[in-house]
Amino acid sequence: MKFKRIAAAASAIALGTAALGTAAMAEAHMSDVKVGMITTLSGGGAGLGIDVRDGFLLAVKLADTKHVELVIEDDQRKPDIAVQLADKLIQSEKVDVLTGIIWSNLAMAVVPSATAQGKFYLSPNAGPSALAGKGCHENYFNVAWQNDNLHEAAGAYASSAGYTKSFILAPNYPAGHDALTGYKRQYTGELAGELLTQLGQNDYAAELAQIRASGADSVFFFLPGGMGISFLKQYADSGIDLPVVGPAFSFDQGILQAVGEAALGVVNTSQWNKDIDNAANKTFVEAFQAEYGRLPSLYASQGYDTANLLISAISKADVHDPDAFRAALKEADFDSVRGDFAFGSNHHPIQDIYVREVVKEGDVYTNKIIGVALEDHQDVYVADCKM
Amino acid sequence: MTFVLFAEQMLNGLQLGVMLFLMASGLTLVFGVMGLINLAHGSLYMVGAFAAAGVAAATGSFLLALVAALAAAAAAGAIVEILVIRRLYARNHLDQVLATFALILIFSEGTRWIFGSFPLYLNVPAYLAGPVTLPGGIQYPLYRLTLIGIGLTIAGGLYLMIARTRLGIQIRAGEADREMIAALGIDISKLYTIVFALGAALAGLAGALVGTIQSVQVGMGEPVLILAFVVIVIGGIGSIKGALVGALLVGLTDTLGGVLLPRAFATFMDNSAASSTGSALASMLIYLLMAAVLFLRPKGLFGGAT
Repeated sequence: MKFKRIAAAASAIALGTAALGTAAMAEAHMSDVKVGMITTLSGGGAGLGIDVRDGFLLAVKLADTKHVELVIEDDQRKPDIAVQLADKLIQSEKVDVLTGIIWSNLAMAVVPSATAQGKFYLSPNAGPSALAGKGCHENYFNVAWQNDNLHEAAGAYASSAGYTKSFILAPNYPAGHDALTGYKRQYTGELAGELLTQLGQNDYAAELAQIRASGADSVFFFLPGGMGISFLKQYADSGIDLPVVGPAFSFDQGILQAVGEAALGVVNTSQWNKDIDNAANKTFVEAFQAEYGRLPSLYASQGYDTANLLISAISKADVHDPDAFRAALKEADFDSVRGDFAFGSNHHPIQDIYVREVVKEGDVYTNKIIGVALEDHQDVYVADCKM
Repeated sequence: MTFVLFAEQMLNGLQLGVMLFLMASGLTLVFGVMGLINLAHGSLYMVGAFAAAGVAAATGSFLLALVAALAAAAAAGAIVEILVIRRLYARNHLDQVLATFALILIFSEGTRWIFGSFPLYLNVPAYLAGPVTLPGGIQYPLYRLTLIGIGLTIAGGLYLMIARTRLGIQIRAGEADREMIAALGIDISKLYTIVFALGAALAGLAGALVGTIQSVQVGMGEPVLILAFVVIVIGGIGSIKGALVGALLVGLTDTLGGVLLPRAFATFMDNSAASSTGSALASMLIYLLMAAVLFLRPKGLFGGAT
């Protein structure tokens, strides 16, 4: 087991930008906060956690603040370990705020008990529907999206592109069910087929044969991480020539290079891309590349926004005054790399979801925005949230 | 379901089966000859895939990448056998499981340390890319047909080696009675290293071949390892023939079950529910198969010898 502790409070070299000026001014009024980050840093899916962590660290560094103390732990993508780490962070480290979890099943194991103990939780990724609706909590803020959002956008795009016979597939676990539900919510055509695959499955030959035989006019899939790489490579090799639509999770910067040419031209939906034109995003993309030598992914952008939200809140209120701190978080008074960003009444984002296309820039595969799928989009579970 | 779809699914099952055989043959040899449970066999699969991805990126040659996968996995296998495994033969299975589990962690974190956390690029070479049309109008990827061909060739080669060569005789003798062949003057520790490296090379080759159409990433070997254990338990531990039959059975059951069950449920449930129940049941099928085989033949299909 690996324990990493990074006191991010120290060591910061200001990278002098406009965004920093305001942060430096606010520094004087900031209150101290101790943050526990539980994320996936080893095993399958570590790329996602590393990006969230790096994005978060970058924001803290750029803000040049000594008021954020960070303890980072590795959950190894295992719910039982995440629960142990949360207990340790709350009881012995006495953190004020928790963040970092990537996977919805881990979030379900940790978040309800952490918020019940009066801690704040800022989610940089997972947004299970249970925590957006009936299970919402005043101390739980999701800075990324509710799970269904990107899939709803994919469904909206498929309808607007004129597809009428989609074949849809996702892994057989809660986020996979959310994905298919989300797609069907906005998609108006009929389905040529609907499949649930095994979580962690890497061979899609059987599914591809069924897609070929189904007479579909388009394919929607949600297969995060390695599953998506396998699917796309095999799809390209199968000779099936239907347009593919998916959420950004199978087309993020970390895995596009492994998919290679098979991903070119694929349309995917995301709340963020590196070419969104605003000052905060420009600063973020440049500083991330300078710091880590690679292009940021959407996960990194979510980590970065999470840290900036936190910093905006501690410059307005003390974390030990929960009501004031909660109100400060709720204002979301930070420059999001996504542009407009606000919280709905269930503390989940209201934001634009874009349509992107995979392109090649030089030798690097990356995404380019080609349109907006859903403007100021909010999840449907907000009505069930009584807070 | 049309004939074309069914035939394509049979080919898919066959292809999964022969790749499982490459994994399972090494595992069953090591277990049969040395009595060792090697959980780190999946790591050797990963080593093969990473070596292939590294060499393919550097040279652009797919054949060189396969050679590198074989060599790297065999070398890793030999080194691990000499440094660690050798000390475990006399221990009980629990010690072996613990030590080889530690090897999994070492291999995984070591690979991450060298190659990073992000998946690597390894793709089908241009001359094997795309589908071919088979008799009956079946469109099937050429690469997967090649995998079936390679797998069956290696199965044949292994059979000849075990049946006809001196090394094969020693391996069979080692399975039957370890102490006796040592007493007959055969260098048993060298034999063990060779068998272990051979099994590792086959696992590495499978990793490279399968990694080409899947994703080359840390931890890719463990799901395959579980299937390979199911295969050798069904086939009978120590039997190459059993590994082949078991691998094909598991490959076909897994593929056809995953396709047919949801369809069967769809005749009396709505589509979403059928898909969810069917795929949940399909993922249990191979374990049900294993349970049935163990019930009827507790030593596996071909495991009567020991």
